[in-house]
Amino acid sequence: MIEVKHVNKSFNGQQVLFDINHQFEKGKVNLIIGQSGQGKSVLAKCMVGLYEVDEGQILFDGRNFTDMERFERSQIREEIGMLFQGVALFDSLTVEENIMFPLTMFTNMTKGEMQKRVDFCLDRVNLTGRNKLYPAECSGGMQKRIGIARAISMNPKYLFCDEPNSGLDPKTSIVIDGLIKDITAEFDMTTVVITHDMNSVIEIGQNIIFIHQGKKWWSGDKDSIITTDNPEILSFVFASEFMKEIRSIMQEKRR
Amino acid sequence: MKLLQNIGKYTLMLTMVFTKPKKWKIFFSRLINELDNIGISSLPIVGLMSTFIGGVIALQTASNMSNPLLPKYTVGYITQSSTILEFSPTIISLILAGKVGSNVASEIGTMRVTEQIDALEIMGVNSLNHLVLPKVMAAILFFPILIVFSMALSMLGGWMSLMISDLTTTETYVLGLRAFFNPFHITYALTKTVVFGFLIVSISSFYGYYVKGGSINVGLSSTQAVVSSSIAILIANFILTQLLLLS
Repeated sequence: MIEVKHVNKSFNGQQVLFDINHQFEKGKVNLIIGQSGQGKSVLAKCMVGLYEVDEGQILFDGRNFTDMERFERSQIREEIGMLFQGVALFDSLTVEENIMFPLTMFTNMTKGEMQKRVDFCLDRVNLTGRNKLYPAECSGGMQKRIGIARAISMNPKYLFCDEPNSGLDPKTSIVIDGLIKDITAEFDMTTVVITHDMNSVIEIGQNIIFIHQGKKWWSGDKDSIITTDNPEILSFVFASEFMKEIRSIMQEKRR
Repeated sequence: MKLLQNIGKYTLMLTMVFTKPKKWKIFFSRLINELDNIGISSLPIVGLMSTFIGGVIALQTASNMSNPLLPKYTVGYITQSSTILEFSPTIISLILAGKVGSNVASEIGTMRVTEQIDALEIMGVNSLNHLVLPKVMAAILFFPILIVFSMALSMLGGWMSLMISDLTTTETYVLGLRAFFNPFHITYALTKTVVFGFLIVSISSFYGYYVKGGSINVGLSSTQAVVSSSIAILIANFILTQLLLLS
């Protein structure tokens, strides 16, 4: 579980996050949603330590990450896997070397053991045999899956995914969402997904936090988001006519 | 004010660069890659520049030797001393600031804007140590080799141009090269080279590492890296010459 307590963050005097409190639960897909520029990526970057918070605490299973020294943070970071919006694969390394990188850096595995782990991870994301390709030779969807394979290679306790579906077609997005959901359950991880993809919200949102104007505006799950009357969340989630229609159908079904 | 801030930030960066690598095996493997990227790939440009400039130095010296009182071997002596003292260590380092500096700044800058550095940090890797230390070490180790290579080719270029132009004999030129040779000048040149190598790579890494924005900013950071490392070379050259030759 990851706990965020009273987190405030500002850049050059402009406050971006206001007193955020939330618990990201273990074994669940936790979503951070909100419009662009509302502070959801900043919150996630504060959680993984890429930005320092001005006030507040981030606790990883009770361990206060914000007060830790660099060395102590490194130990927690070894337990974190992250899928970036732009994937951030090392373009000079092959798919296999990308996935193997954290293993060579942080474990004492033999070459054979690492190879086995790489093959397992690639198999898990349905990319068996693509070991020797370079990231530039892979499609967007494949790159996302390689990113997931690298993120899970160290068997992390915490998985962060920043806009995992950005730039992907709807069908591939569903595959990625399914993969994130399955992996979270399979490895009992605390998964945090930053998204504004409404399909993801409906498909995999087990614990959702809605960030608006830098504040925690609403939280709940994918069922309660359908029934909420919060006007900001309604205007965000059900912005299009199509989504409004879906909402009314779903509400009708519930009656 | 901005300059002072940058100097402070640069110093802090160096404290992160010079830490013990997490895995020596990975460090050495990266070092070998960087020796190739930074060092071996620079051999052709250094060789070409040195041969031609050595040739020009010899020809210009010979063309200005109208005084009959000056011994003929002066051409060789001037070629040797100007090559060892200034041309090879300083001018070649300025050329390397352009070639290596822009390469380092754009490589690290691209890694920054494509979140590859963030990925390293989140994994718990000291990204500065992992990315910059092998480059700095490669420059410190290989730049002196490049400069010795440059000195040799420059003097060879001088000889070739004199032979082609039939301005002197091999014996006279070699006599000039050996005349008044001071071995300390080699120490002086190589000391300068090590400092210049360090400055080029560390300053360029600094501009690449702290780049913000997109590809335009990566381009700008490359330019700033080349300009700043060239200025640093000129200042360091002045200080080192005062310290090593005049004190």
